[in-house]
Amino acid sequence: MKLSTKLVMLAGVLALAACTNPDRFGADGANGGIGGTGMNGGMVPGSANDPTSVAYFQQSVGDRVLFQVDQSTLTPEGRATLDGQAAWLSQNGDYTAIIEGHADEQGTREYNLALGARRADAARAYLISQGVPSGRLRTISYGKERPIEVCSNEACYAKNRRAVTVLAGGLTG
Amino acid sequence: MIWRILVCMMAVLAWTAPTVQAQQGPLRIEITEGVIEPLPFAVPAFVAENAASGQMGQQLAQLVAADLIGTGLFREVPASAFISGVSDFNAAIQYADWKAVNAQALITGAVAVTGDQMTVKFRLYDVFSGAELGSGLQFAGTTAGWRRMGHKVADAVYSRITGESGYFDSRVVFVSETGAKADRQKRLAVMDYDGANVQYLTGSESIVLAPRFSKSGDRVLYTSYETGFPRIFVLDVGSVQRRVLESQDGTMSFAPRFHPNGQTVVYSLSQGANTDIYTLDINTGQTTRLTSAPSIETAPSYSPDGSQIVFESDRSGAPQLYVMSASGGEPTRISFGEGRYGTPVWSPRGDLVAFTKQSKGRFHIGVMRLDGSEERLLTASFLDEGPTWAPNGRVIMFTRESQGESGRATLYSVDITGRNLRPVQTPEGASDPSWGPLQN
Repeated sequence: MKLSTKLVMLAGVLALAACTNPDRFGADGANGGIGGTGMNGGMVPGSANDPTSVAYFQQSVGDRVLFQVDQSTLTPEGRATLDGQAAWLSQNGDYTAIIEGHADEQGTREYNLALGARRADAARAYLISQGVPSGRLRTISYGKERPIEVCSNEACYAKNRRAVTVLAGGLTG
Repeated sequence: MIWRILVCMMAVLAWTAPTVQAQQGPLRIEITEGVIEPLPFAVPAFVAENAASGQMGQQLAQLVAADLIGTGLFREVPASAFISGVSDFNAAIQYADWKAVNAQALITGAVAVTGDQMTVKFRLYDVFSGAELGSGLQFAGTTAGWRRMGHKVADAVYSRITGESGYFDSRVVFVSETGAKADRQKRLAVMDYDGANVQYLTGSESIVLAPRFSKSGDRVLYTSYETGFPRIFVLDVGSVQRRVLESQDGTMSFAPRFHPNGQTVVYSLSQGANTDIYTLDINTGQTTRLTSAPSIETAPSYSPDGSQIVFESDRSGAPQLYVMSASGGEPTRISFGEGRYGTPVWSPRGDLVAFTKQSKGRFHIGVMRLDGSEERLLTASFLDEGPTWAPNGRVIMFTRESQGESGRATLYSVDITGRNLRPVQTPEGASDPSWGPLQN
């Protein structure tokens, strides 16, 4: 297990070095994270069944919480997801995270940037309240600039109103 | 003299429903209540004064016609109806021939091209009075800049007939958009007001948002994710040099606009969940916080004299418009209608605020007075937002985005009566226009 953790870390460092945007893994956390280099048999480090992997965080813990229209209040489901994130982050202390706040397209550009900041901060504040050191968590808002769903109705809007916890490289000091 | 005073009074009193009235008698489009009757004009091909002028005379006449028609205040008498042409710029005008085809205004011009330089002369005639309106004007410049000279002719015609300054020889900075909706690439671009001469000012490596011209048009403020986080930048239009203005760790800055003095920038800064309005001195980097409510305060815009700021805030629960002193202090709410109000922009004339309104699932561009009275919605669509004023305060350009998977952003303009809605042609998708000044 220790070896595989080190391998994950090594893969993380390599991914960082190869990435043009060095602070993040995967685009919007949707691409399944870093791939593990193959090992014979058993769990593949870095894959979704490695509980220390970014992919596991994204897929099994859940990297995002969703919000109601115009709201930045966490839902019970959102808090449950963040509980899982907080637990994962405390067990995987070498990761920092950037929490991305997003809005759906119903709103002006400026207001949605501010609304995205509120959503990201709501998730960050909750993670801090669950024991994640504040220094490991930054926030950014993309407003309505980065939708993941492109239809113009509530089915898509609901998925776009989100705060996504994007894992980043190791602590810097 | 009495006529002039009356005209001024009517202009002041009648902004609420400025409409066009073509008048018999003096050549004049008045902004007053009445029936819309676009004023018919004729613009024969400008006389080519030498062989090198080639098709330039025809192109100039077409450009002048397009500018005037585009206002919705004029209509063109087609060349096929002309009884007599204009082959000599200095020859006497055959008024009867133009009267017969019902051209109230006649625009004549001449062009001479020498190498890469050209001169353009023009005259404007009031056909029914049988007299020249104003005196002839001459412009000189490069052939590459021929469109600017055509716009200057059209501005002079518009100005002489309406009594208002024109807006054709102006540029618009905007965000050019390509790519699918979920992977939109954005870069800053500048173009002539009519969509011609697009030049790109940045690459599309990072998201760029909401560029805003300085009053003189020499610089642009905008928001970029170039550093990884949203930050306000200033860009010199001539050199295309840019620099970040504000980069306080753990914050985001956006929605910048210039003070009319060109030195102070007002913008929004988000810290944690809270977004407030700040100013920054562009030379010293000194920042001043103007609002401190826990709500969202954003989209600030100065009054033309720089003494006040209109902005949007959701302190009442939903975004509404407020006005405060340029030094901060208690704001006054000005919007009270049903719905959500955003992106207020103070008219260059000082009399109105243009805004985005979201109501019952639709978006509108609207205008209201500074005390919130006389709200008027000019447009309605799935998503209209981000108005910007023409330099004369009579026309508004904005972003319209179509819905769904293939949704695309385009620019539209509309006059402040809500009439004459028309798309602005751009080579790619386009959003966030900011209309610059009339050029010198």
